[in-house]
Amino acid sequence: MDFSKKLIQKLYREMLLIRVCEEQLAQAVLDGEVKCPTHLYSGQEANAVGLCSLLNNKDIIFGSHRSHGHFLAKGGSINELIAEIYGKETGCSKGRGGSMHLIDPKIGMAGSVPIVGGTISLALGSALGNKIRNDKSLTISFFGDGATGEGVLYESLNFAALKKLPIIFACENNLYSTHLSIKECRINENISAIANPFNIKSFSIDGNDVLKVYEVSKLAVDHCRQGLGPVFIEFKTYRYRGHVGADDNIQGSHTDIRPQSEVDKWFKKDPIKRLEKFILNKKILSSRNLNEIRLNIDKQVNDAFSFAKISPFPKKGELNKYVYID
Amino acid sequence: MSTSIRNLSYSLAINEAIHQMMSEDKNLLLLGQGVKSPWYVGNTASGLLEKFGDLRVIDTPVSENAMTGAAVGAAITGMPAIIVHPRMDFMMYAFDPIINEAANWSYMCGGKSSAPVVIWGVINRKGEQAAQHSQALQALFAHIPGLKVVAPSNPVDAKGLMIAAIRDKNPVIFVDDRWLYNLESHVPKNVYEIPIGKAAILKKGKDITLVSSSYLLQETLKAAKQLAKEDISAEVVDLRTIKPLDKDLICKSVKKTGKLVIIDGGWKSFGVSAEISAMVSENIFSHLKAPIKRLALDDIPAPSSSVLEEVYYKGSKDIVKLVKSIL
Repeated sequence: MDFSKKLIQKLYREMLLIRVCEEQLAQAVLDGEVKCPTHLYSGQEANAVGLCSLLNNKDIIFGSHRSHGHFLAKGGSINELIAEIYGKETGCSKGRGGSMHLIDPKIGMAGSVPIVGGTISLALGSALGNKIRNDKSLTISFFGDGATGEGVLYESLNFAALKKLPIIFACENNLYSTHLSIKECRINENISAIANPFNIKSFSIDGNDVLKVYEVSKLAVDHCRQGLGPVFIEFKTYRYRGHVGADDNIQGSHTDIRPQSEVDKWFKKDPIKRLEKFILNKKILSSRNLNEIRLNIDKQVNDAFSFAKISPFPKKGELNKYVYID
Repeated sequence: MSTSIRNLSYSLAINEAIHQMMSEDKNLLLLGQGVKSPWYVGNTASGLLEKFGDLRVIDTPVSENAMTGAAVGAAITGMPAIIVHPRMDFMMYAFDPIINEAANWSYMCGGKSSAPVVIWGVINRKGEQAAQHSQALQALFAHIPGLKVVAPSNPVDAKGLMIAAIRDKNPVIFVDDRWLYNLESHVPKNVYEIPIGKAAILKKGKDITLVSSSYLLQETLKAAKQLAKEDISAEVVDLRTIKPLDKDLICKSVKKTGKLVIIDGGWKSFGVSAEISAMVSENIFSHLKAPIKRLALDDIPAPSSSVLEEVYYKGSKDIVKLVKSIL
């Protein structure tokens, strides 16, 4: 597959933005500045960026507890993201949602929630809307390997196949369901096979290779746009951080139980370093270009943190605002 | 538009509301088990599939969780939806999309998005159907911030509350009762709303206030008639909406009569009757001339045997007896 310089640059830039953002959040958690539970996306950037780079604003995505990357890859404002995590009125959910409730309807980021598998059926309904509107739009349901333990996934696979809905079930398999290894909670590690009984087209790919992600996502997106029904993609990947917070399963403690040798093995497959290597080998950009991009992103992220810190908190008198809307 | 009136059954009043709303809003969807069936949801879905097609009127697999979630997700992304559960007991499978998602959606999104969905559950009591085909679960949903709960007692309200529920930008639980489906009355042909959150006084009285809703409101009216024969003037308040509760109207009536009996089709503990009793005690205790009394189901699952059902379910005679106990 041929990739334009513009596309490569975009993929690189967006992955790096997510990484820098997440790592700065990790530091803010360690510093005690961020109290809201943050489930960091470091290591998984290629999945959201590769897939979302094929979407437009009419296409809709739903996310999970670990959705900072989905929000940014879909075009969400980093200022609004950080402000939300800091509990500020200027956040994307006005400080009512926090890190696990990210939304921006105008760009097709329909929402994210921490109930595992909770948005899969919402995405199903959204895809029903895509089909009825008949405008070639589609919906992506992002969820993790943990969500394959939820019955609603199988109900949704059946209905999506039955009605040939334009939906991509995007399963990011990072090998852990919170603290529990996939080996301890699934009879079969081959997740993409769960699509087979529903006759759903499926792929299982290296989720740390953004170009592969882009290539397969393009097939999947085209499949949906052509009205051929749902697609299931398993992205094999790894999160660098613990389930929640910086390096742990309980924010503020140090309880990551994953073996260091395993973590180190995955560092070697880093999606950003791999793309960097590709860029330099193919002479698409120079190391100076890459450095400029990095400086630019550092500034963007720093600005977002400054924006969040100086933003006002929600007014106490507005505690009950938004329970219902008029 | 015609404003003429004619007789229509409760179920066909709902049907007319959905026909009119699906014509008015081309994005409105109806999903649920049995919307194609002539018996599953009575005649509430008659003619909808033929008129609006199988993309907008969907008879679903038995997957309450995903199907309710799909209705919520469609609503969040621009396609308002009605999801019907012909037996509301099956809605328990859908607690996640109803409570975690739909109810919280607007709040946790800072008002940027909401779920304009009607989640419609039908109560199917009696008929030896036992514990899992008989439950009246309005109080469960009324507990949840972000949800509205309506429970119409007559055909006019059934149509007007269904229309109001569909037009509401928030999730509305529409609870009806199969025992009401054949009840007929004059129903206006035009499109109209019964406002959510407003109760109504169906019969004026001065000696005691009777607050009820849904099927038991009909039993309450019967009881009031019987009491009138005995020179007891009961005021009958139809809640129409369980949540948000019309506190003003209830308190106004109780201030006038000084006595209150609450009649609810759900269980007594932690239920609708408990909430109303607490609300009245908190707000207008000094106006009460007698202890508040409640008629609701004992904390027992619904039995199957008709002999036990006779004891389990309450009716107009029980209401009369309870009223007399505090007069």
